Amino acid sequence: MFLSRSGILKKTIALCTIVILAGCDQVTEWSRVSLTSPINSPYVAGAEKQNVLYTAFTQRSPKYLDPARSYSTDETPYTYNIYEPLYGYHYLKRPYELIPRTATHVAEPMFLDWQGNTLDAEAQPSEIVESVYDISLRPGILFQPHPSFARKEDGRYRYWPIDAQEFEGKFAIPDFAGTGTRELTAHDYVYALRRLASPRVASPIFSTLAQHIVGMEAYGKRLREIDTDLRKDMPAGARDLPWLDLRDMGFSGIEALDEHTLRIRVKGLYPQFKYWLAMTFVAPIPWEADRFYSQPGMAQRNLSLNYWPVGTGPYMLTDSLQNRRHVLSRNPNFRGEPYPCEGEPGDQAAGLLLDCGKMTPFIDRIVFNIEKESIPLQGKFMQGYYDIPQVDRGDTGVAMLVAASDSTEKAALYAKHAIQLPTTVEAQMQYFGFNWRDPVVGQGDTPEQQVRNRKLRQALSIAFNWEEFVAIFQNDQAQVAYGPIPPGILGYVSGEAGFNRVVYDVKDGKPQRKSLEEARRLLAEAGYPNGRDEKTGAPLVLHFDSASGGGGSSPTLDWMRRQFANIGVQLDVRSTDYNRFQEKMARGVAQMYMWGWVADYPDAENFLFLLYGPNAKAGKGGENASNYVNPAYDALFEKMRDLPDGDEKAHVIAEMIKVLQEDAPWMFGAFPKSGGAFQQWVGNAKPTQMVRNTLQYMKIDPELRAKKIAEWNPPIWWPLGALIALIAAVVWPAWRVLRRQERLNAFGEHVQHDRALSEHSSEKRQ
Amino acid sequence: MIAYIFRRLMYGALILIGVNVFTFVLFFAVNTPDDMARLAIGGQRVSADAVEKWKADRGYDKPLFLNTEASGLNKYTDTIFYQRSVPLLKFDFGASDEGRDIGREIGVRMWPSLALAIPTFILGLLVSIAFSLSLVFFRSTRLDFWGVVLCVFMLSISGLFYIIAGQWLFSKILRLVPYSGFAWGWDTVKFLALPILVAIISRLGPEARFYRSLFLEEIGKDYVRTARARGLSERVVLFKHVLRNAMLPILTGTVSALPLLFMGSLIAESFFGIPGLGSYTIDAIGAQDFSVVRAMVFLGASLYILGLILADISYTLADPRVRFE
Repeated sequence: MFLSRSGILKKTIALCTIVILAGCDQVTEWSRVSLTSPINSPYVAGAEKQNVLYTAFTQRSPKYLDPARSYSTDETPYTYNIYEPLYGYHYLKRPYELIPRTATHVAEPMFLDWQGNTLDAEAQPSEIVESVYDISLRPGILFQPHPSFARKEDGRYRYWPIDAQEFEGKFAIPDFAGTGTRELTAHDYVYALRRLASPRVASPIFSTLAQHIVGMEAYGKRLREIDTDLRKDMPAGARDLPWLDLRDMGFSGIEALDEHTLRIRVKGLYPQFKYWLAMTFVAPIPWEADRFYSQPGMAQRNLSLNYWPVGTGPYMLTDSLQNRRHVLSRNPNFRGEPYPCEGEPGDQAAGLLLDCGKMTPFIDRIVFNIEKESIPLQGKFMQGYYDIPQVDRGDTGVAMLVAASDSTEKAALYAKHAIQLPTTVEAQMQYFGFNWRDPVVGQGDTPEQQVRNRKLRQALSIAFNWEEFVAIFQNDQAQVAYGPIPPGILGYVSGEAGFNRVVYDVKDGKPQRKSLEEARRLLAEAGYPNGRDEKTGAPLVLHFDSASGGGGSSPTLDWMRRQFANIGVQLDVRSTDYNRFQEKMARGVAQMYMWGWVADYPDAENFLFLLYGPNAKAGKGGENASNYVNPAYDALFEKMRDLPDGDEKAHVIAEMIKVLQEDAPWMFGAFPKSGGAFQQWVGNAKPTQMVRNTLQYMKIDPELRAKKIAEWNPPIWWPLGALIALIAAVVWPAWRVLRRQERLNAFGEHVQHDRALSEHSSEKRQ
Repeated sequence: MIAYIFRRLMYGALILIGVNVFTFVLFFAVNTPDDMARLAIGGQRVSADAVEKWKADRGYDKPLFLNTEASGLNKYTDTIFYQRSVPLLKFDFGASDEGRDIGREIGVRMWPSLALAIPTFILGLLVSIAFSLSLVFFRSTRLDFWGVVLCVFMLSISGLFYIIAGQWLFSKILRLVPYSGFAWGWDTVKFLALPILVAIISRLGPEARFYRSLFLEEIGKDYVRTARARGLSERVVLFKHVLRNAMLPILTGTVSALPLLFMGSLIAESFFGIPGLGSYTIDAIGAQDFSVVRAMVFLGASLYILGLILADISYTLADPRVRFE
């Protein structure tokens, strides 16, 4: 039976009513939920009342959680909270202070000469052939619960070798019911350091450490031969490789003297070596875990150290959904570490010392959710559903400060939500480099040319107004640099003594960028009066290689063109992607470029080595991207590198900086600020890019969070009703008009219509 | 018909080989294995040694197409192209460049994609057809006129705008749904309501306008006039006769799109944090993960071919006059 139009309308209304009522049922259901959580909560009901910290990661999951491979900032919230290197950094003190984590103390090296005799601590660097670090470990440290340690009643390993039945249905480590643990020993560090040389790991730090640790380079070659031999009958890209057992294959540079003493032999004098021991490259790896993960089928199920780490730290990974969610939970075997009682001035007033002596960690779980887009990330943070937007990033707080300075509305909103936005200048820098190999801006072939090129670089350094750059493009959230050493690191000189006199004059004790006239004068002396070659008259065109893409038309690049144009120099921007940019830099063919560096450790050496000649990028694969070579600088670097922290080292660094300021292989650029964004209920939050196990020290107030979330997120329903009414208001008149039209005959007269009869007859006709 | 399907499948196999070659050439025309290694290793201090190890571990240290150092058939088989392509033709996707199993990832991620795509597809189709039939029902009225204007207006706007506007309105202002996220169970409704609504609205404009044109074309035909002359009501004419006869072109678009529902939505999944295959593909492109990109393109092409064959078959069901020769 077919219905009339009004019949359809009625049925439709009835259907809509049912749907709406069903929706109301759903609403009621949600209302019940909303007794504990607002309807827009992205978590399960009541989640905000638990002692769980919610944060986000952008773009993708951490790529490497294997400590031998992990070298990216976004991986550090996991790796540094799961693994424990020998040392760490004091959470609150600045300048950064090295403290023991699993070690009993920060060990001083023992120096040996050619004959293996022990030397005094004050021995000349030239006498020292080897530095021996004997590092004592704290006894009683346990690994997190993990199936690789699980044993059967008869003492055999439960999951090694794993049988097919046992392996069925296991795709994540929590799927394994049996777990076990054991005490951390020095052998675990030995195994981890040997593993850095493994060709299967491809550790980014192997080349650097192999230069310093006795026998490591040869060991790497040996392992490669063994691995090639093991793989010879296997197809390329095979995943189930036989276990490369490193327990019996060692080298002299690393050994365990006993269960709790690790010995590392370092070539010559290398005072900075201790800082490597604070990085997760030197995190213990239990051989049981390496063997467990090497079993057939494990790799295919993504069961490996790269995805399921095994550590001794305060947290362990208990949920890992690639590019979706990762959860760190309190490690039940963690011994507990007391919260620090000292800090830098201001920490007491900021309430950062209130938990002095209390055992960490404070938070039970940390949930990392993916947020690929900034709008949902920022939106959820403002609704209270994220406690920290991104733990690993130092720019989120800075971006919010910039937004607040641009918009009073946002500033008021942040103030209303009492968001904490602390900032600090970090051990990182952004610089503008000249390629030393370039005939125009580089070193120059002849002494005369060298003088001219230097004057050109100095002129450009004056013309490029970094104060303006920082004000416009970084909203003053950076500090203009006068040299390569950032604040907080030995060698940084604040005040008048630290100003770059080549680029600045001093007026009333403050730096004042030299005038453009001075820059033009230097440019003329360099052989380019008014920006033209004095011999050929051709305009001086310099080339800037940008990794920003976008065809070289960004506001930053336009601004840079204007800076150079101020002294008559034309800037040609060669825009490319980061891969091509890296390739150009590796070949040493870029003329000028802008790059940055984040310190591995808080020592001047980690910045000054960026201009050390033997560390040139082109041809040598080092990090000296400008390929700068100056024998005087190199000699000073070699001297400085071997000196302990103190006045002498500071003096040498000052000499080195003077050489750099005169040579100007870089415009020193700026030291970006690092800033965190924390909700009002997050405690003990202090921004840092050097201390990476910060989650261990943070705390939250779940009750305050739940209260604020409920306050900030009341749902608004009435617009939905209004929308339905609007649709009805459009459809209903049209319907009425049509009905009226249908009842008119050809003469426009209203005709009485017997609906029932009509329907009956139409059915019959069919 | 079986012969026809078999022939189409054979064509499909050839197309897949072509797609595989094309993807390979395109990818390696803009990327070298060294680029991939540098990006994958990331961070500072990317040493040449680490790059070499990364390549060797994944078999990217071999020549692309021709291994001049090898002998005999190995010249062609001991290459990246051969070793990466042959397993793919057997639907063995292998591991991503990060080391994760692609087949398992696809198996896990297709469900969130389907959870978004299926309701979007069905509801979107129903809403578009209902809306276009309404316009036809009210044809030549102001409602029809403004409905068409609305369609043109809606199809002129980028899908991205609907997503951002939807999040702004429903998540930020009204606070009725979460901005993003995904969970199974009842929470799925909460997380998918907005993405589905946005997807329906964003496709309503172009689809309703297209379907309206189809229906109007049908409605002018003789059989419709005959039906009316028999005294059938307008609803019977529209829903029973016009809709059925206009289904053929609709089927072309819809049935061929069915298998592609597995592939997910590239943009919506990223914005709404849905861990489906669309966001998987986008991630792989961003990370220059050749193994995943190639697998997803291959899978997409396979499903598209399957969809076209299904569309052909569906013609016979929708219109008995269509026969395969």
